[in-house]
Amino acid sequence: MTSTTAAPAAVQRPKSRSRRGRKGKAGWNAVGLLVFVVMGFPVYWMLNTAFKPAKDAIDPDPQFFPRPFTLENFRRAFDVADFWGPVGRSLAVSSVVVLIGIVLGMLAALAISRFAFRGRKIVIVGILAVQMVPLVAMIIPVFLLLNELGQYDKLTGLIVTYLTFVLPFTVWTLRGFIVNIPKELEEAAMVDGCTRTGAFVRVVFPLLAPGMVATSVYGFIQAWNEYLYALMLMSQQNQTATVWLGNFTTKNGTEYAPMMAGATMMAVPIVILFLLVQRKMAAGLTAGAVKG
Amino acid sequence: MSAAETTTAKVPPTRPSPSPRNGAGLPGGSTGTGKTVRKRTAGSAAVPWALLAPCLLIILLVMGYPLVRLVTLSFQSFGKSELWGFKDAEWVGFKNFSAILGDGEFWAVVVRTVVFTAGAVVLTMVLGMLIALLMQRVSGWVKALISIALVASWGMPIIVATAIFKWIFDTDYGVLNWLLSKLPGVEMAGHNWFASGTQGLAVITLLVVWGAVPFVVITLSAGLTQVPKEMEEAARLDGAGAWGVFRWVTLPILKPIIVMLTTLSVIWDMGVFPQVFVMRGGNPEAEFQLLTTYSYQKAFVVNDYSGGSAIALVTVLLLLGVVAVYMRQMLKIGEVE
Repeated sequence: MTSTTAAPAAVQRPKSRSRRGRKGKAGWNAVGLLVFVVMGFPVYWMLNTAFKPAKDAIDPDPQFFPRPFTLENFRRAFDVADFWGPVGRSLAVSSVVVLIGIVLGMLAALAISRFAFRGRKIVIVGILAVQMVPLVAMIIPVFLLLNELGQYDKLTGLIVTYLTFVLPFTVWTLRGFIVNIPKELEEAAMVDGCTRTGAFVRVVFPLLAPGMVATSVYGFIQAWNEYLYALMLMSQQNQTATVWLGNFTTKNGTEYAPMMAGATMMAVPIVILFLLVQRKMAAGLTAGAVKG
Repeated sequence: MSAAETTTAKVPPTRPSPSPRNGAGLPGGSTGTGKTVRKRTAGSAAVPWALLAPCLLIILLVMGYPLVRLVTLSFQSFGKSELWGFKDAEWVGFKNFSAILGDGEFWAVVVRTVVFTAGAVVLTMVLGMLIALLMQRVSGWVKALISIALVASWGMPIIVATAIFKWIFDTDYGVLNWLLSKLPGVEMAGHNWFASGTQGLAVITLLVVWGAVPFVVITLSAGLTQVPKEMEEAARLDGAGAWGVFRWVTLPILKPIIVMLTTLSVIWDMGVFPQVFVMRGGNPEAEFQLLTTYSYQKAFVVNDYSGGSAIALVTVLLLLGVVAVYMRQMLKIGEVE
């Protein structure tokens, strides 16, 4: 208190503010930790259940750590139904969808972000509108269409239907990445004697590569995670990974411990992939939104 | 980044300038300019359309045709015999729609869907904004922890998340009932969260919000970095409190992002299907039905494909109101480029 009167107000102020700031930070950190616990709890509970003995999972007094630590649930998960079959199918479908999506999507994204042409607006509206139709609304006619084309219960049919949601998304996100690459770079290359295509391949493409990787991964995850079409359009022996997870629930109840093991096997690779690209994705998805 | 954006935005007006200069050499000044400009666009028009063609073709095939089919189906009578080809579909006009609109259960489902969507969207946006603001105030390590939890729940396949929530809310062995019973005066052992539609849908709302918040937080965090510090400081100097700064500086700058996120959330939350479907073991009870599951049930359980289509069409039309707002925002973004 004595120092308060002695020191000029100007010097005093930042000091008291920083002290309040530090105290405030501890408070915010506590709230932040609470958010972490609440958001992270379901994931933690999945892992915890996956690694504890199945009989401990249905203990009315749940253990917060898997003791003893066991891999038995994973073995059971492999046994429940063929595991690699559905996973292999999901991998195949998602990879092909992404491959087609990224190539066609990039061409389209280039068209709407680098060219001024009549009808551009309509194309943009169309691509956005397509994204807005809920999948469930489409399931009936898609089911009938595939049925008529003899593509029901075929991976090719599933791939084509997945393109309906992966493709518009890919176009829109890649557009976001392309607009963030200054046009001047291309123009400079063209002044230096490159053709338009040459300028794209040598200048834009390398800059776009990280965005393309992020978009591919995200598209892959979307296709991998799809449930409704996979459930409706594929029979039991052709099911994909998401539908496979339903095998743990039977008329006699749900086998939660092996199910959580199965869930872990499905989620961990995806979450890791996701971790690698999420920062880039947020940038691509919202490119222009702030400045617009 | 923002600087780059503005420069690209400003380039187009300067680029066409060479053509008027060329045009000026032609007789008739202004008309000549018009001609060359038109020629230029006509010449390059083939390229973008060629680039777009494969993409548009696929979308038209797998999206356009089914959409048309959805509309025609809803004006037909289409059941199992039509599916097997024993009978041709018959046109019935607005019969499907009058049947739906005259059904009290349908209106209950509509109201439920709207309430559910509104609740989930508001919760997602408010929590998302609060967490995004919180992330700016916490220490680095706390921020890292929250980010990990966010990414883990964002990347979690919906179907996996649904399984986990089903497990946590399990009547007999769910950890939540156990945890709540630890609180003094609360006895929740054996509580069935899905006995009533209200509680059950509240659980599903939590599941949806848990999965949706990360995208909102990460996007808003990216947006918050664009808020100029000087503006915040200026507002503070002018005597604005934390709320004032947020209300008058942060919010207006974030508005386009918020509009976009809200619209996307509405679209996604109205399309919620696997969460309800799987949570209720593939057969949701009447008080759990949302428009999506209701349409599904009409089509695939009762085998009334045209009735299901009519409900799906009504759902799409309901969404259109929201989409209109979103579309305007997106078009604005498209124009800036």
